[in-house]
Amino acid sequence: MFLKTSKIVSGFLITITLTLSAFSSLANEEVSVYSYRQPFLVKPLFDMFTKQSGIKVNVVFAKKGMAERLAREGEYSPADILLTTDISRLIELQDRDLLQANNSKILQAAIPSQYRATDNTWFALTTRVRNIYSAKRLGNIQFNYEDLADSKYKGRICTRSGKHAYTVALVASMVAEHGEEKTLTWLEDFKDNLARKPQGNDRGQVQAIHQNLCDISLGNSYYFGKMLKDEKQKAWADAVNINFPNQANRGAHVNISGVALAKYSPNSKNAKALMEFLVSEPAQELYAQTNMEYPVRLGVAPSELVASWGEFKTDNLSLVTIAKNRKLALKLIDKARFDL
Amino acid sequence: MIPVLVMLLAGLSASTDLFSHLWQTVLPDYIANTLLLGVFVVLLSLVFGVISAALIVHTNIKGKAVLRWLLMLPLAMPAYLVAYLYTDLFDYAGPVQRSLRAWFNWQSPNDYIFFDIRTLGGASIIIALVLFPYIYMLARTAFEQQDQNLLRASRTLGLNAKQSFYKIALPLARPAIAVGASLVLMETLADFATVQYFAVNTLTTAIYDTWLGYGDLATANALASVLMLFILFTLVAEQRARAGQAHQSNRINKTHQIIQLSSSAQFFAGSFCWLLVIAGFILPFLLLINMAWQYSSSEQFWTLVPTGINSIKVAVWAASLTTILALIFVLFKRLDKSRWRTLPVQISGFGYAIPGTVLAMAMMSTFAPIDYFINDVAKFLGLTQPGLLLSGSIFAIIFAYLVRFAAIANGAIDSGIKQIPKSLDFAPASLGAGLTKTLTKVHLPLLKSSIWVAWLLVFVEAMKELPAVLLLRPFNFETLSTQIYQLISDEMLEQGALGAILIVLLGLLPIIWLNRNNSDGKKQTTKELA
Repeated sequence: MFLKTSKIVSGFLITITLTLSAFSSLANEEVSVYSYRQPFLVKPLFDMFTKQSGIKVNVVFAKKGMAERLAREGEYSPADILLTTDISRLIELQDRDLLQANNSKILQAAIPSQYRATDNTWFALTTRVRNIYSAKRLGNIQFNYEDLADSKYKGRICTRSGKHAYTVALVASMVAEHGEEKTLTWLEDFKDNLARKPQGNDRGQVQAIHQNLCDISLGNSYYFGKMLKDEKQKAWADAVNINFPNQANRGAHVNISGVALAKYSPNSKNAKALMEFLVSEPAQELYAQTNMEYPVRLGVAPSELVASWGEFKTDNLSLVTIAKNRKLALKLIDKARFDL
Repeated sequence: MIPVLVMLLAGLSASTDLFSHLWQTVLPDYIANTLLLGVFVVLLSLVFGVISAALIVHTNIKGKAVLRWLLMLPLAMPAYLVAYLYTDLFDYAGPVQRSLRAWFNWQSPNDYIFFDIRTLGGASIIIALVLFPYIYMLARTAFEQQDQNLLRASRTLGLNAKQSFYKIALPLARPAIAVGASLVLMETLADFATVQYFAVNTLTTAIYDTWLGYGDLATANALASVLMLFILFTLVAEQRARAGQAHQSNRINKTHQIIQLSSSAQFFAGSFCWLLVIAGFILPFLLLINMAWQYSSSEQFWTLVPTGINSIKVAVWAASLTTILALIFVLFKRLDKSRWRTLPVQISGFGYAIPGTVLAMAMMSTFAPIDYFINDVAKFLGLTQPGLLLSGSIFAIIFAYLVRFAAIANGAIDSGIKQIPKSLDFAPASLGAGLTKTLTKVHLPLLKSSIWVAWLLVFVEAMKELPAVLLLRPFNFETLSTQIYQLISDEMLEQGALGAILIVLLGLLPIIWLNRNNSDGKKQTTKELA
């Protein structure tokens, strides 16, 4: 009986293996993408690319563990391209030797040097500002990230989890500016000012301001545009002003979304074509229009709406430093028990 | 089993520096939260599940024919979905509090007191609302299959109906209830997405932080192993407490004696059950329908078809293989005489406590080397290299589910086989029937309903499962749960409401089907008895 059943089971397993092998055989003109970005954000771009080049784009989307998957797959990895948000993920891939350089002149010409790796392993595609949203009832304010710790905002600040990549990157930039000790104090005072335990996402905080639960929140720039375009969320966005912090000093903290070429990319020719496409003018315009991020390519303007928020000064701190300070930032966030 | 070992081994090289940093800062709170969450959810689920099961089987509450299966419905609701819907509903900025403020003209949170949904308590209640059906189902089946002659005997000895329930029926159902409770506990402890909505930090938070934040997979594995040891400890303690209890009966009488409740007691009992059904299923389902109504298009519907087929494909494979393996393990445990006979059942059960993403990692660590070997052999033989045959295909997903959901199938079938008198193992042999014949003619037919329960539970769970499929799936392979997750993670559940409804409905089909099968079976037994 047992023998028989185990035969049946192994029969099953063999059948699956056979049906599955159909999956792994890939046709010729393709490029395969591991994406930290959600498919609906990047699909219009890929569609445009396929239409132009005839190259099919395969995507798998996941945030957690993609680097690990790539590392485990090693030289048999089917991935060509990695699309990420947050500089730290790109640096992590670079540090773990999962990338290869792409020395394309087109990429170097299109992207300003502070937004790409010196060894050409990763490239930014868009930039996003970590903005401060403030209730309209506060009027026009000049705000510095340092003010999040100001006791006059006690019980009036909302934010998402301190462990979120966007928050961690901001804290990492604070470490670079103020050093470890001061940043910890800042985090502790910031925490004391919170109206509620860190929760939800960037939009949820604006909603809370709309409901008068708090006055100030942290949020990425493009969410403002997305809320304004959403019927239900427009009311939330209408209740706040978007502020670019630290304009009188170092400038607003900026993070990137980016792209990299996988070390063992099986279709590297197509992959390079896709990378060059992503920094081309039409693709950068699409990024600007649909995702409301700041295009990295010089000469491509942000969308009209985004441009209407005004010009601003950005912090010149190198992205590599931000990534380098990340673990320390995370430790400080734990130390301040920010999320508890 | 192998993935569990891989994880434990990887945990050995954990960094003590990081561990002591976590220990000095947040880990004690995380552990406390984990323990409290586990205790609260299990207690609440026990209250919900055992009471409702007892009311359905042993009392005369109204509408019990309908309630009997309605109470299973919350099982079809993914916990992350319900968490999202309820936090949205009861949040400060949610519709409930907004209307209250508008009504009473309150201006700020200082003007009134409203429970905070994003707390340990809120999380416990909501998680228990979707997990209690495990206990309910297993407890109800146990109550229904108990030998009523025992209860009668207790009555002739002077106990009233209530006393005989507490003294006989409840203790007899304990193995089944314990299995249900351990499933609830494991599911709760391995959860990440749900508690995240409630802004509750648990041990899984620490696992993810160390791995994805600090980039230290070894320490993450070590923490996951701690989580598993904790569960192991609970399970062993429970089994010890239950050791030595055995009940065997040859002639099972299943005609139940009903406790007659007064009309007010009936009302309260009925309300209790209905409240569970409404809060655990009807309300969230209506919220989803409302969202779908406002935001969906027929075009959206058609894109869901291939996605739905993927979900079903994975779930059917997972459910079938898991059930077959569980059957083998359980029969081995029952019929083999060696000391180690219970080992397969016990060990395969731990997978349930591994957070999905960690499990996915373990899958890759297990299968990537095998894939490498296959490719090397192919290269050596001059064949085309097949690439990542196992770790890069849905094989890995199905295997992950096999590991993760073995506990469910084992539990269901094991508690079913305990209802079969041991004498039946040997009686056919005395009549000259071989082992195969005994099993196919006696055990399998008697286990039929337990096997279905096992299959169904795994199917529904596999439909809902998220983290493992998210990380292990091949290119262009979307399931309903991955699609919903992508939308939820950008606060756009509205767009995915249709897909969410589909997950719930597909999860309902087997529940309804099973229910029909079950009541047919019941009619038969009654006829036989007559």
